[in-house]
Amino acid sequence: MSTKVLMKGNEAFAEAAIRGGCRYYFGYPITPQNEIPEYMSRVLPQRGGHFIQAESEICAINMAYGAGAAGGRVFITSSSPGIALMQEGMSFLCSAEVPTVILTVSRCGPGIGGIQPGQADYFQATRGGGNGDYKVPVFAPSSVQEGADLVFEAMELADKYQNPILIFTDGLLGQMMEPVALPDPVPEVKSTDIRKHKPWALTGYGADDSKRNTVISLRLQPETLEKHVQKLFTKYDEIEKTLTRVETVDVEDAEVVIVAFGTVARIAKEAIEMLAEQGIKAGLIRPISLWPFPYAAFDKITSKTKVVISAELSMGQMIQDVQLGVKNRFPVELLSRTGGMIPTSLEIAERTKKILQEKGGN
Amino acid sequence: MLKKMFFAGYGGQGIMLAGQMVASAAILENKETTFFPSYGPEMRGGTANCTVIVSDKPISSPLIFESDCVLAMNLPSMLKFEPTLKPGGVLLLNTSLIHQSAKRSDVTVLEIAANELAMELGNALVANMIMLGAFVRTTGIVKGETMEKVIHNVFAEKKADLVDLNLKAFNHWKP
Repeated sequence: MSTKVLMKGNEAFAEAAIRGGCRYYFGYPITPQNEIPEYMSRVLPQRGGHFIQAESEICAINMAYGAGAAGGRVFITSSSPGIALMQEGMSFLCSAEVPTVILTVSRCGPGIGGIQPGQADYFQATRGGGNGDYKVPVFAPSSVQEGADLVFEAMELADKYQNPILIFTDGLLGQMMEPVALPDPVPEVKSTDIRKHKPWALTGYGADDSKRNTVISLRLQPETLEKHVQKLFTKYDEIEKTLTRVETVDVEDAEVVIVAFGTVARIAKEAIEMLAEQGIKAGLIRPISLWPFPYAAFDKITSKTKVVISAELSMGQMIQDVQLGVKNRFPVELLSRTGGMIPTSLEIAERTKKILQEKGGN
Repeated sequence: MLKKMFFAGYGGQGIMLAGQMVASAAILENKETTFFPSYGPEMRGGTANCTVIVSDKPISSPLIFESDCVLAMNLPSMLKFEPTLKPGGVLLLNTSLIHQSAKRSDVTVLEIAANELAMELGNALVANMIMLGAFVRTTGIVKGETMEKVIHNVFAEKKADLVDLNLKAFNHWKP
């Protein structure tokens, strides 16, 4: 770990990807993630990597498909409408089992929408818009440090599970500056050594064996395709067991439990302190992995709790997962802002109090 | 210690840099800090502001709705952020561009003709450093010597010839 430096979220995410071994970055400009391609265009070539500005997001993810299939460590980034264009590619990458780390600096929609922070891409991220049975692990950091750590780790995880990994940030995390200690770089992998690490990769014929690798997403035989999808789902089961991540704060004791991720979780933490000053015990469940969603964390909620609140920058998307976690044990209410509006900690505290009074009465 | 502040002006006045320098100084003093810029379709001459928090403890929300200090480089900034000040807060006004008095009587108001002071040093661009000097000396949120280190760090290499000018500007305002 290096000493702490002040870095903008976007630049810290880019640097963490390089330190995690990224040598291929394909990007297309979109606010609020533009500092990432800017940083990559400047720094990646100096570190032995390749930066290409793609002509569109569709092109960027398909470049990632190619470079990933050849065994390279790939990082691509965009923001909401750009990630929408990448959905088809995500399905192909999952089917072909090609590792890639994708980061969204989410803004608000629908449509071109606005450039302020949003979380209305929760369904886009966790359910996806590509075709077929596929899943993409999604991590949602709530600080620049956590974002940098997750990007760094995701480079390894994508290779381990041979699957894309999505990091879900937003305009606030991308644009803000915080002290961050960057992880030490992973050892360089020579292109001639890729075959050793990734025997499946398309590195060309080797000197000692002439077995041809293929990376495909087309399987026309139903028997073959069913077997392949079942194999993918064995992997997804394993991911659910190993990559579910959550932070909980004072859930066991809480009268009201707020569920929030990313930016909103930070603001909710301050709101919870404000509520405590007024004698109201509020707890927090902060999903760090959005898929796999930490349903088990909701089993910790006790009968002391009167209501569970899903606080999100959308008209209510994560709330569906919250309801699945709550399993009808408690009323679930939505605390929502959207369109790029962000609640203050005071607003979250006041609205939580009101919900508790209205829904929590015995 | 938990201090929340707005730095505001118009694009080109170096207000983001001033905010980042406070955050950088906080790190050198082993404090926690966040810097969040207003972002959007910004341009030179448009409005620009940032929020900076400095604390002894981990900072939850980087967004603020009440402040301990406001540094306003122009009139729209004063009008927008003066109401956010907590009683006892500090309001620094660049009176070169703000020709109205502050409304609040429950805060400390510092009137600084930053542009004229900067011109005394021969460069209008260091008005932000004049204000930053006043900010550091008045609030004590970070130490003056730490900020001088930050000035050396920021104006390094290609910009090294600007260190002396910025140090002078930083120390130019006297109470």
